[in-house]
Amino acid sequence: MRVTGLWGSARFRGVLYQALVIGGVVALGSWLLRNTLTNLEIRGIATGFGFLGREAGFDISESLIAFTPADTYSRALVVGLLNTLLVSALGIVLATVLGTVVGVVRLSGNWLLGRLATLYVESIRNVPLLLQLFVWYGLVTALPGARQALNPLPGVFLSNRGLVIPALDWSHGWPLLDSPHLAGFNFTGGLTLSPEFAALLAGLTFYTAAFIAEIVRAGILSVPKGQVEAALSLGLSRGQILRLVVLPQALRVIVPPLTSQYLNICKNSPLAIAIGYPDLVAVSNTAINQTGQAVEGVALVMGVFLCISLGLSALMNWYNKRVALVTK
Amino acid sequence: MKLTHAIGAVAALALMGAAPPARAGATMDAVKAKGFVQCGVNLGLYGFSAPDDKGNWTGLDVDVCRAIAAALFADANKVKYTPLSAQQRLPALQAGEVDLLARNTTWTLTRDTANGLDFTTPNYFDGQGFMVARKIGVKSVKELNGATVCVLPGTTTEQNLADYFRAAKMTYKPVVIEKNEELNSAFFSGRCDALTSDASQLAGVRAGQAANPDDYVILPELISKEPLTPAVRQGDSQWTDLVRWSQYVMVYAEEKGVTSKTVTVAQKSPDPDLQRLLGVTVGNGKALGIDEKWAFNIIMQVGNYGESFERNVGKESRLKLDRGLNALYTNGGLMYAMPPR
Repeated sequence: MRVTGLWGSARFRGVLYQALVIGGVVALGSWLLRNTLTNLEIRGIATGFGFLGREAGFDISESLIAFTPADTYSRALVVGLLNTLLVSALGIVLATVLGTVVGVVRLSGNWLLGRLATLYVESIRNVPLLLQLFVWYGLVTALPGARQALNPLPGVFLSNRGLVIPALDWSHGWPLLDSPHLAGFNFTGGLTLSPEFAALLAGLTFYTAAFIAEIVRAGILSVPKGQVEAALSLGLSRGQILRLVVLPQALRVIVPPLTSQYLNICKNSPLAIAIGYPDLVAVSNTAINQTGQAVEGVALVMGVFLCISLGLSALMNWYNKRVALVTK
Repeated sequence: MKLTHAIGAVAALALMGAAPPARAGATMDAVKAKGFVQCGVNLGLYGFSAPDDKGNWTGLDVDVCRAIAAALFADANKVKYTPLSAQQRLPALQAGEVDLLARNTTWTLTRDTANGLDFTTPNYFDGQGFMVARKIGVKSVKELNGATVCVLPGTTTEQNLADYFRAAKMTYKPVVIEKNEELNSAFFSGRCDALTSDASQLAGVRAGQAANPDDYVILPELISKEPLTPAVRQGDSQWTDLVRWSQYVMVYAEEKGVTSKTVTVAQKSPDPDLQRLLGVTVGNGKALGIDEKWAFNIIMQVGNYGESFERNVGKESRLKLDRGLNALYTNGGLMYAMPPR
């Protein structure tokens, strides 16, 4: 028997099913939300984001903007967010550079370099990142103390308080060289790269670069051999071939999986909490614990990470469109 | 990342039935039905709650859990332990993962109100101190201006530290690491000039983890009040009463000079106070909704407060802490039991 009427229309059924699914998801979501709120109320736990405006009362060791314990929780969270963005952005740049070099080297004719690159890739990407972070942090904190700091160059000090270098001080309106010196417990002046930041950045960079190296290698191998031979026969140099022929075509293969690796750097950065770098998750953990507002704190962190990831994805998708092969 | 526990607690709150979970009597009924007390303890803090070489949990906080089990089941071993980090502990209790939190937790107004908890009575009066390496020659917290300080996240310690340095117009750099072992090893490796925590914990860390305990000194100043108190969920007063009175009984036994060794003999004492305490004169057990021998079982199996103190953190332990504020009120301390009658 043929079904007729509205029910017979495949289009109508499609719309109906989709509406049912959306309705189900919304109903489930609102039930979860209402249930959470009811349970919180029954337990006498305060709710809402009012805590964001209250004084934080704790200090943060490194910050891109001025921060004191008298500032609010929201400012503390912004400090954490900026720290997350800083380590992620630097990690992405450094991992891309290192990964590309290692990937190319793995394909090079040099036997020793090729084997070294293979050894690096296989050993690093098969060990959990958290363990690597502990190793890096252990290495950095095993450096001598501040008073016995290594002083390889004038004004540069390396100790278990981090790497301190001279910086330009603009606070007088013109640049003055601000040279670090030991005062009391620690160095004052100059720029400090903290052990926590250094260990996290090194961990994220070396770990992700191993994956990126494989992606780059796969991308280069995807370019047919004939292309290189054709370029050689045209008299292009090795460098020109890589730059003008191989990489533009390899990028089409490289960019989509590269995007996932960039997202992984962002999403792995909260491992910072294990070695004491004050990223967004570390700061919000403290905020959650001091205020007891776990639901709001977790929701905020999840929302922020979702935004970072979606933003990064959008950027990479835009770039992917640009490098994609345009068929005519 | 250790948000997992907070997320778990959030999920638990989301999925839990909306029936009032903290109805008076609900906790005790549930505990009786499952046959053991689920007790939230520290991940490992020597003297307070840590597993020994045979895997048995011992410590001053653990003894609170054991006392509740002795009172309810006449068997102090009917306890299951949930080791919790500083951040996990409150959500775990709120979400009902544990029946009782005996994990060196400071009783504060926010926790008592906005966080949905009830505190029973302090089992250790502590204060926040600083430990430094002897060789840096610091004698007072006042000399720590500009120092790098290792501190656990999500504790009142972190706020006290900030408050103290702010008030004294001094600066410091915090190094905040979540796991005790990582934090302590950062301190012992020299990453920080000072480690700050409750003074009792510093003693435990020094005794248990320093390569040579004599190389480290705990500075004399205490910068805060830390009344460490077991906590339960708000709203179930029957359960709160049981925990509170189990603690009082241990102190009261010490006041009356009854120990685990003399409690059997004490049952025959003509002292009406002791007869009521030990269930010879009935009434207390019925009022709490448990067996009349509850207090006898606590003292017999766990001991009085003084015995528990000396065994876990006092003279008989490696910590060798003085009774100090934790002496009986008759000896100049703050331990004072309400009369169990």
